[in-house]
Amino acid sequence: MQTLDTLTLGQTATIIDFTDDFLSLKFIEMGCLPGEKIKLSNIAPLGDPIAIEVSGYLLSLRKKEAATIVVKVIPENTVESCVI
Amino acid sequence: MNPVSSNSPHISVALIGNPNSGKSTLFNSLTGLNQKTGNYAGVTVDKHYGSYKFKGTDYQITDLPGTYSLYPKSIDEKVACKAILNEKDPIDVVIIVVDSSNLKRHLLLTTQVIDLKKPCVLVLNMIDEAEKSNITIYKNELEKLFDVPVIAVNSRSKQGIHELKEAIIQAKISDSIFYNFEKQKQLLPDSNSYKKIVESQFLENTSGIKEFELADNIHRFSKINYIVAKCLKQPEQLDKSLTQKLDAFFTHKIFGFAFFFFILFVIFQFIFFVAEYPMTLIEEGFAQMMNFTANALPKGQLNDLIVNGILAGLSGIVIFIPQIALLFLFIAILEDTGYMARASFILDKLMRRFGLNGKSVIPMISSVACAVPSIMSTRTITNWKDRIITILVTPLISCSARLPVYTLLISIMFAGKQSLGFFNYQGMVLMGMYLLGFAAALLAAVVLKYVLKTTEKSYFIMELPVYRKPQWQTVTMLVLGKVKVFLFDAGKIILAISIVLWFLTSHAPSDNLNQIENNYKVAISAAPNDSLKTSLEAKMQSEKLEASYAGILGKKMEPAIKPLGFDWKIGIALITSFAAREVFVGTMATIYSSGDSDNTETLREKLMAEKNYETQQPAYSKAVCWSLLIFYVFAMQCMSTLATTYRETKHWKWPAIQLVFMTGLAYVSSLLVFQILS
Repeated sequence: MQTLDTLTLGQTATIIDFTDDFLSLKFIEMGCLPGEKIKLSNIAPLGDPIAIEVSGYLLSLRKKEAATIVVKVIPENTVESCVI
Repeated sequence: MNPVSSNSPHISVALIGNPNSGKSTLFNSLTGLNQKTGNYAGVTVDKHYGSYKFKGTDYQITDLPGTYSLYPKSIDEKVACKAILNEKDPIDVVIIVVDSSNLKRHLLLTTQVIDLKKPCVLVLNMIDEAEKSNITIYKNELEKLFDVPVIAVNSRSKQGIHELKEAIIQAKISDSIFYNFEKQKQLLPDSNSYKKIVESQFLENTSGIKEFELADNIHRFSKINYIVAKCLKQPEQLDKSLTQKLDAFFTHKIFGFAFFFFILFVIFQFIFFVAEYPMTLIEEGFAQMMNFTANALPKGQLNDLIVNGILAGLSGIVIFIPQIALLFLFIAILEDTGYMARASFILDKLMRRFGLNGKSVIPMISSVACAVPSIMSTRTITNWKDRIITILVTPLISCSARLPVYTLLISIMFAGKQSLGFFNYQGMVLMGMYLLGFAAALLAAVVLKYVLKTTEKSYFIMELPVYRKPQWQTVTMLVLGKVKVFLFDAGKIILAISIVLWFLTSHAPSDNLNQIENNYKVAISAAPNDSLKTSLEAKMQSEKLEASYAGILGKKMEPAIKPLGFDWKIGIALITSFAAREVFVGTMATIYSSGDSDNTETLREKLMAEKNYETQQPAYSKAVCWSLLIFYVFAMQCMSTLATTYRETKHWKWPAIQLVFMTGLAYVSSLLVFQILS
């Protein structure tokens, strides 16, 4: 089981599930739904928080929060287009 | 349905939308200068409302706080949600504002509001930006699916505003339903409409609501995916190169921090040095006005109250305007351009250790100039606990009002001392006091992080908006709004305290003050030259202050402050400098009848010559000066800060805590310093 905080910069993944009930409600209203493609687009200079590209915009979150999102990495050569 | 009932005096319209949907700009385009800032009852969220007239009807517009959904996660969101449900002061028409370039996420709230079954209009805001990114929205399709009027608006060029005003007249209740009907029957059988479901969140027994929320939002997004597929055409890869390039710079390991410190430096320069010019003008203006009024009105109690109580109090309020306006000018620009979110992003990890937030940095640095605008600027911190901690610790940072006190005391301590080679003792001690203030603020923040309990869940899930040019109208309205709020809300409290302080220093039991005046009258009028006359007058003022209620209080206080090395004269100055710390110097000048308070040279000499009346040792020994210096670093000697804290927290509890913990810290520290050094 891989979580969002373990992605490397520029990696794309699909959201599979959430492990925190309260945060999952927040993530969903911010457009992070299971099945949605995301891309790790920025890491803060001190290593935390991170920013992801989701549903066409940038969302920043702490690593601790990112660890509650279960993802499946999309291997690089199969990515046809970026997330919109 | 036509929402206008024939006898209603106006139509009440509310703007609702996600943060960063350009809601405020649209609000400004609709109302122009016809707007006000107030509060929602019981919370610290600002209420923005305004009005316009269209085709003979008055429209009252409320700009609700930004919210991502009708399932509130923060105080702001709760306010927006409750305002839209409010039945006592019902909203006739709801304008749902969405960012056209980010339609999918913004449509979640749209579907929720439509389900409330209120007359709605959907505004596709910032349509120009969407067009630039080659995004096409089929408006007619959207209108069909949502069953409400849809208007494309560019609120910067005001394109579409007239159509919007027309559409508000034709706003209708949609027949479309988006909520998860199956789950409602299963989980919330008693709530037979979406409005009832949303309302039930605020009731005590909310079992099933979280489960419903999850299922409902997922259900909504599946519908939104269908709508987006039908109504939206956009390039597969959106051009985000500008935002990417700017982010690479603003969040860079070196350049990102360098730019942030550059911004801090500029803000600091402005509120510390540039603000001084208008502040001097205000001071001189009021001095002239006080002079004029004192001479124009007949002498007596009323004259004194108006001049030294009310006008002096007003002067003490108006003096803050330049710093507040300048700080908010910068903050509005930083917020409006999207930079503030990046500053928060790069600083979050560092500040979190202290229980603070990336957004706490600007208030804390600004506090070197003044805590009042800084506390007001904590509004940008959305997390309640982080915000309260920032408000509570910010006044520990040495502000510019402490500088005259530091300078006087340090000059007494190091009079005639040679500098240590390259370093100058006085400069080093001064810097030490500033560092001590910073250290105390950070330490207090860490302690509060563990002490304060909160029911609000803390998270840092935040949108990084695209970079935009600042909107000058939005910036101006924010600055004006903040100045007005300070003048009328915090100003009232400051004025009241100034009048109390005026009374304490200008009144005495029985007829004592008149007696002193009579004693000096003959001597002053008989004085052969002006310099003797001035010195006699100064002596009279000193005796009057000693005899006043403030003087009596100072003497009563002496046993309490004696362990710190302070006598009753310092006691009086502690009372009067509650108005503002720099008043300490003026009061000491009056007590020691050194004449002109601008000239601290004579005051310094008098203080150095002063002998303790019991021990006959120099009264301002090293130990006393250090003790007093440390006291002023920590003590909450500022009524304006307390008034602002009240205004920004809406609770007397917080200014009371601030007063007790800071003054307590000052007392204990000064006690230790004095007892060790003497």
